[in-house]
Amino acid sequence: MAGVSRLQYTTEVRLVRVMCTGRVDMAYIFRAFLNGADGVLIGGCRLGECNYTTHGNYYALNMVLLSKKILAHIGLNPERLRLEFMSGSEGNLFVEVVNDFVGKVKELGPLGKSETASMNDLKPRLGEVSKLVPYIKLETKEKLLARFENVDEHNELFSDDEVEKLLSEVASYYIDPEKCQACMTCARRCPVDAIISAKNQIHVIDQDKCIKCGTCLTACPPRFAAVTKIVGEPVPPPIPEEKRIIVRKRKESK
Amino acid sequence: MVKKPRYVDESKCTGCTTCVEYCPVIYPDQFNQEISENKAIHIYFSQAIPLVAYIDESCLFLKEKKCRICEAVCQNKAIDFDQTEEKIEVKVGAIVLSPGLEPFDPMLRQDYGYGKYENVLTSMDFERLLSSTGPYEGEVLRTSDLRPPRKIAWIQCVGSRQVTAGGNSYCSAVCCTYTQKQVILAKDHLGEADCTVFHNDIRSYGKDFERFFERAEQLPNVRFIRSYTSVVREDPETKNITVRYSTFDEGVKEEEFDMVVLSVGLNPPAGSEKLAAKFGIELEAHGFCKTDPRNPIKSSCPGIFVTGAFQGPMDIPESVMTASGASSQCGEFLNYRRGDLAIEKVYPPERDVTKEEPKVGVFVCHCGANIGRVVDVPSAVEYALTLPHVVYAQEQLFSCATNSAQEITDMIKEKGLNRVVVAACTPRTHEPTFRETLREAGINQYYLEMANIREHCSWVHSKEKETATEKAKDLIRMSVARACHLEPLQEFELPVNKAALVLGGGLAGMNCALSIAKQGHVVHLVEKESDLGGIACRLRHTLEGLDVQEYLHELVHEVYRHPLIHLYTDTTITEVDGYVGNFVTKVESKGEISEIEHGVAVIATGAEVSTPDEYLYGKDERVLTHLELEERIAAADEKVTGAQSLVMIQCVGCRNEDRDYCSRVCCNESIKNALKLKEINPEMDIYILFRDMRTYGFNEDYYREAAGNNINFIRYEPEESPTVEPATSDEDGRDVLKVALPDYVLGKRLEIDADIVALAAAVVPTAETKRTAGLFKVTLNPDGFFKEAHVKLRPVDFATDGVFLCGMAHYPKLISETVNQAYGVAGRVLTLLSHDTVTASGSVCEIEEKKCIGCGACISACAYGAIELRKTRRGEKAFINPVLCKGDGLCNSVCPTGAVQLKHYTDEELLSEIDVMIPEAEGTDKISAVV
Repeated sequence: MAGVSRLQYTTEVRLVRVMCTGRVDMAYIFRAFLNGADGVLIGGCRLGECNYTTHGNYYALNMVLLSKKILAHIGLNPERLRLEFMSGSEGNLFVEVVNDFVGKVKELGPLGKSETASMNDLKPRLGEVSKLVPYIKLETKEKLLARFENVDEHNELFSDDEVEKLLSEVASYYIDPEKCQACMTCARRCPVDAIISAKNQIHVIDQDKCIKCGTCLTACPPRFAAVTKIVGEPVPPPIPEEKRIIVRKRKESK
Repeated sequence: MVKKPRYVDESKCTGCTTCVEYCPVIYPDQFNQEISENKAIHIYFSQAIPLVAYIDESCLFLKEKKCRICEAVCQNKAIDFDQTEEKIEVKVGAIVLSPGLEPFDPMLRQDYGYGKYENVLTSMDFERLLSSTGPYEGEVLRTSDLRPPRKIAWIQCVGSRQVTAGGNSYCSAVCCTYTQKQVILAKDHLGEADCTVFHNDIRSYGKDFERFFERAEQLPNVRFIRSYTSVVREDPETKNITVRYSTFDEGVKEEEFDMVVLSVGLNPPAGSEKLAAKFGIELEAHGFCKTDPRNPIKSSCPGIFVTGAFQGPMDIPESVMTASGASSQCGEFLNYRRGDLAIEKVYPPERDVTKEEPKVGVFVCHCGANIGRVVDVPSAVEYALTLPHVVYAQEQLFSCATNSAQEITDMIKEKGLNRVVVAACTPRTHEPTFRETLREAGINQYYLEMANIREHCSWVHSKEKETATEKAKDLIRMSVARACHLEPLQEFELPVNKAALVLGGGLAGMNCALSIAKQGHVVHLVEKESDLGGIACRLRHTLEGLDVQEYLHELVHEVYRHPLIHLYTDTTITEVDGYVGNFVTKVESKGEISEIEHGVAVIATGAEVSTPDEYLYGKDERVLTHLELEERIAAADEKVTGAQSLVMIQCVGCRNEDRDYCSRVCCNESIKNALKLKEINPEMDIYILFRDMRTYGFNEDYYREAAGNNINFIRYEPEESPTVEPATSDEDGRDVLKVALPDYVLGKRLEIDADIVALAAAVVPTAETKRTAGLFKVTLNPDGFFKEAHVKLRPVDFATDGVFLCGMAHYPKLISETVNQAYGVAGRVLTLLSHDTVTASGSVCEIEEKKCIGCGACISACAYGAIELRKTRRGEKAFINPVLCKGDGLCNSVCPTGAVQLKHYTDEELLSEIDVMIPEAEGTDKISAVV
């Protein structure tokens, strides 16, 4: 309605259209900052006034609250991210929100200024956190979909300690070369093809590709139990390619 | 028909409003209640359909043959002063009259100072003040000093429930609730403002209205005062208004307010008498349309149907129900010619371009001067040509014009384009137009992408040409990036089983079934009892005098006789499977299970009367419910008809904490019984103990009749509700029930000797409601009634496609309202059954099985039940039924691995936009926003 009513607002905003606030993926926020956006504004329907029946705006609220904590954790000013609820007819409110938000972001200055960090410092951190999005979604999936009558309950959903713990105790998965029988089960089940594998070759997890979903841990046959979850310690380096060949005992005896 | 000249060619006007800017005539804005100003040429309001300008009688050229500036500035040559009144003749088989209503004009009666005092407004005026497109852009200000009011009073029943000259005797039915809405919004706008509502009865009888009233009442600094009120004077200095009112505790008082809002009632539409004469229909005593009591959509003339407030005062949901109800009745009338005038459009075969490299064509629209004078269009075109994959770009004066669309089609063919970006206006207006253009050119319609450089750019940055041009280029770049990733999508067509299942054989179910069957569709009517009729079996007549049993009898016979209605009595539903167009329902009758295939389902399972556990009900046989009273009157039970004294207690078991709603029908029911009893035994003393009498609409006249007929109405408060105990009469020593309560008018405690006490017991959802909701995967409201998809916009639909709702299962209602709603459902049902297929959108979610880890997050997110987990050889995986998917994409966002993708809004497509949002090697202050 801002457009039809010719309400004037500041020109810095670029818009991406989605059908529901709930479609805004956490990854988009980090990607926008990674690309050099100085602020991210998400506009959605008022709570309880969902166009669908899914109430995706509650999800957006939880997701934004969590993302703000994550941004703070990695040293970005959380005020650079904002979620505002408004109805389609409230053009005046949209204008007010945009002007206010852009004003606020201008006060903070370009990304890095209020953070007193250079983009070169921030980019790797943003990149790191982007890679953790699947893990974060998995770990917080019940909470992200929580819906309360009282908005205050949403504000209390994620505590600082919890986010701190979430990001500092990131699990990694590792295949013990001693135990791996190269059965391919985990490789076939890995959703992102992060397991380097071939028949008779000890499998190795590509830690760059791994999204830490733990599927390999559950997939590995219990009699092998080759996959382990590692928290708080570095993952041992992968065994060199030339040492990956398994010589089957059965074959040996033949 | 006579079409008035608009002096603007609708087919040429694009709604750009350049003419409005240049028009020299300033004229009070009719849409904004003449509070603000507009021009002689203007668009009626910003969401008008069609969104084109017209010239009103204030035009200088029309008055004095001067000016014609608009003609000169219109780039599309849409102004046409040669237009004259046009006579149009159409041949039709049925007519629907929906002339609406006229707000009551308080100028007619000088008692409230409207038109004399600046700060006395009508509720219509106030409604405009609240609107963001209103005179002060959503700021609530006083016209006298343009300052926000700090103290506002609303006066209810202005022009309603009045038998004095100039007023209307009936209740306007909507004012109580719209006032509460205005109070809530006013508090929203003005924060601390003090809001006072002077009211008579509070009539929040609609679904969820009682809670709404409580919400308004509990806001800080909001007072609801039960009092007759008059406007006394205006302070000449401050322009404040003094209101006089009286309360039982404090007597007559005067109080000053910054603003007074008159909650005006609903009059019949202006010129209703002329309209009636023209169409040969009769009007009822108040000037609204006279309708058939068995079918309020029917006028007195066959083939002419009535919808909305022309039936009588009603609110939005009911108007919407009558609208689709009228369409169903037209359908019954004209079924033999269905589809005769429809022409099917044929498109060229779609070219498969999936193997081709993206070849993007960019069309940048000037929109006359709308975009062109702010954004440098030629430079945007030039810029577009530098973007990757763009092989063609051009500018257009109006991309939406027919010749421009042809140009796009031609260029697609000539240049072999496989993606099209139209940089113009919002996709909300013209996306369908341009998708059509792509189809005509033989490429998939989902290869279209629009860059909104009008609403998001030129219109909102009209003074900043340079930065606006930069923004337009950015938006085009983002659109081009996204376009390259777009995929062709198919809107799939699902076959529709043309039969309907109607659950519940009461008035709602039967009327609905008959209307569907009369339009040629098989209806399976399922009733759990052995007889049809539902709760109506217990009613004898309505307040208006309709003989319910006779009506029911005829209806039941008609149902039995109709060859397309398959009746299942003593039958319940055990299982429901499938989706819109293709349901399979298992029913059980006397231990036997059978299967019914159907395309749609209607839930018309009705409601029940609660069994009171107060006022000695069930302990003393002289205490009855209102329905039992009706039955006993009909049975000429001497104990009832011969009673010396009878007390009715209203609101038993509702409007309380446990059942926080009004049962809507009971006030009418009690008045009906009271009048009947007075007719039989004029000597009987009848007392009705009430909280608020809710005889809304025309039934107010019967309330007045009852009050004039020596029926005593005594108001009670829930905190001091009446007590009932057996006793002997002090007068004649007979055994009575002693009813005691405080009388606030007399200021003392009353004791009434009653021979019979009748309780207006709450209407409650049936016992099976929950189970039925579970079977059909539909939801209930907090009170346990079925919940419609949208209270106002889709009042008879469920959020689940293909399932509909009518009758008391929705909420307690009168017979006429049930019939309206039953036909409303039939109309909605026909929109599905009259087609061979239903089209499902192409933009739905898809799951890549390999990526799914079976975490179930998507399943918790989906409120449509479209996703389920299935065991596979590689563990549990999610599977989606695209027919049930509504395309909001929440599941996509919650999916940790990106296995779920919402087509047309995939991660790849959206990230591609985000990735090019900021031009390389450019600086600062770009903010991304997602809407």
